[in-house]
Amino acid sequence: MSTPRILTMAQAISEGIAQEMSRDSAVFVMGEDVGSYGGIFGATGGLLDKFGPERIMDTPISETAFIGAATGAAAAGMRPIVELMFVDFFGVCMDQIYNHLAKNTYMSGGAVKLPVVLTTAIGGGYSDAAQHSQCLYGTFAHMPGIKVVVPSNAYDAKGLMITAIRDDNPVMFMYHKGIMGLPWMAYLEGSSNAVPQEAYTIPFGQAKVMQEGSDLTIVSISQMVQKAMLAAHELQGQSIHAEVLDLRTLVPLDTQEILKSVRKTGRLLIADEDYLGFGLSGEIAALIAENLDSIVLKAPVMRLAVPNVPIPYSRPLEQFVIPQVHSIVQAAQALTVGKMAQART
Amino acid sequence: MQIGKEKLLWMYQTMVEIRYYEETMAAVYMEGKLPPNIQKGLAFDIGGGPVPGEMHLAAGQEPVAVGVCAHLCDHDTVVGTHRPHHFAIAKGVPLGPMTAEMFGKVGGLGKGKGGHMHLFDPAHNFSCSGIVGASMPIACGAALAAKKMGKDYVAVAFFGEGAANQGSFHESLNLAALWNLPVVFVCEDNQWAISVPKNKATSVPSVAVRAAGYGMPGVHVEHNDAVAVFEAAGPAIARARSGQGPTLIEVKTDRYFGHFQGDPESYRPKDEVATLRTKDPIGLLAQLLKAHHMMSDQEQAALTAQAHQKVIGAFEFARASAYPQAQDALADVFARNHADTRELV
Repeated sequence: MSTPRILTMAQAISEGIAQEMSRDSAVFVMGEDVGSYGGIFGATGGLLDKFGPERIMDTPISETAFIGAATGAAAAGMRPIVELMFVDFFGVCMDQIYNHLAKNTYMSGGAVKLPVVLTTAIGGGYSDAAQHSQCLYGTFAHMPGIKVVVPSNAYDAKGLMITAIRDDNPVMFMYHKGIMGLPWMAYLEGSSNAVPQEAYTIPFGQAKVMQEGSDLTIVSISQMVQKAMLAAHELQGQSIHAEVLDLRTLVPLDTQEILKSVRKTGRLLIADEDYLGFGLSGEIAALIAENLDSIVLKAPVMRLAVPNVPIPYSRPLEQFVIPQVHSIVQAAQALTVGKMAQART
Repeated sequence: MQIGKEKLLWMYQTMVEIRYYEETMAAVYMEGKLPPNIQKGLAFDIGGGPVPGEMHLAAGQEPVAVGVCAHLCDHDTVVGTHRPHHFAIAKGVPLGPMTAEMFGKVGGLGKGKGGHMHLFDPAHNFSCSGIVGASMPIACGAALAAKKMGKDYVAVAFFGEGAANQGSFHESLNLAALWNLPVVFVCEDNQWAISVPKNKATSVPSVAVRAAGYGMPGVHVEHNDAVAVFEAAGPAIARARSGQGPTLIEVKTDRYFGHFQGDPESYRPKDEVATLRTKDPIGLLAQLLKAHHMMSDQEQAALTAQAHQKVIGAFEFARASAYPQAQDALADVFARNHADTRELV
């Protein structure tokens, strides 16, 4: 038996794109620095050499034009993958995204199909400050009409990317910089894992139980899943058994898996790198509140997220506002304090 | 246009100061970012060291900043780009607090919250943004305010040639011409939008020709020369100040470093920078000053030493400043409300 092939998330994403481009001539890539640079975060590495500039197209810094063009090209039968470097930059072209890409299918009564994959980098942790460190997946999930995919590891990233390309709807594919496995940025190594050579798909809307546990459920997504796994390991040493759930996609959201886990553990911690207010953590807390007839909570729901401030530049400030492994551990300890007290008596 | 000796010497010394600042920053930036003291397997860690995050340096682009700012006063507004140090220095932003900001210290312009792409100095009417093309609407606003308040202040928006393909460029030029705003748009054409060369991204060889489409003069400066920029900027700023409206100036300039520090620059011909450096604008101005007996070797040495000392002092100030407290991250999201004590007009 051969040893499994370990890929970084960046490698897995570009491999997934390459396999779909070989299979389907309608698939093409456009965006800033996707060509000879291979994407600033490596998501299109090697694609220009394989497919040439007709299918791997560098664009001007004209996001309204090229993202709008992706909508138009998709309506006309192509399957564009469009990259825009940092999610923070979508501000300049949001109208094309939320008033057109996200709505044209609905407004046409389903007559218009828009198979577009929008790829972008998210997340902080390396002092890139307020305009280059946001997650914002909650913003896109808030607006109907776009599927939102946020992988935490290479295996999932490839399968989810292939599913995204084959989906007949707009998909926002958001990769956290701190798990891409770049040679120039520290990353959480759990994100690089075994990736099969052949193409495969992972269905949207299926959360993954990363680790089973009985004391509390930690619901998370993206890089925060890797932090939650490290926290869960540490908690294990303190006899706190955390179940870690990776949502993988926000739209569609696997509500059943969340409910199932919380029914089992009775305690919920949501660990999120997006803003606290009006976002993912509130959505999941609401889901629990709406199902309290079938859940017995042993402690109130707890949320960890960025406390409604822009991401500060200075390292001690940034490390404070973004939930860290130690803050997940502390929150889990606080949530399970009743259980620990019981165990002692 | 006549340029006095004093202005020429100011431009020379300021360019020396900028260059030394950028070279010092290039060296300091690498502290703590290289093996073996970073995550195993990485070649470089962008989040490490005393100055973490992205770093965009402007060595080579000094003539644009000094040639324009030589015409400005403190009350005139400058809005810079993600590569902002040369503009800030030429506009008179204090070097110590500016540097402390990049170290993420409380003594920084923004108490460490902004970082190097987000420098705000209201006392000198300077700001900048990490978002491509964002300077132009904001400069229009400063110009609009000057007009409404009956002041003869002008605003300057600096931006790269890549930003001339952003919607904000086209919208701002139209607005400025339509409202006859005292604003000057200054395009730094360093030929590269990260990895994408100008001729692969821009439909016309010269951005200056686009001015005609908005009913304003367009000026092209072919050489990376402080005197040429000074001569082009003088009439444009005088025009704005005297209520005759906006001008677009495009300057061909040179980026000596990568897009950001750590950029592998595999997209760029290997000897390009070495060739560019043979016609370095600082050396050219020194030659001119000496040819006209405006600067002796001794005076040059004294000016240089003074500029270097200022930079060294700024880095010492930054290192000596303290880090903010983690909790400080939660302050400053909103301005504190004071009773409105303005004298109403």
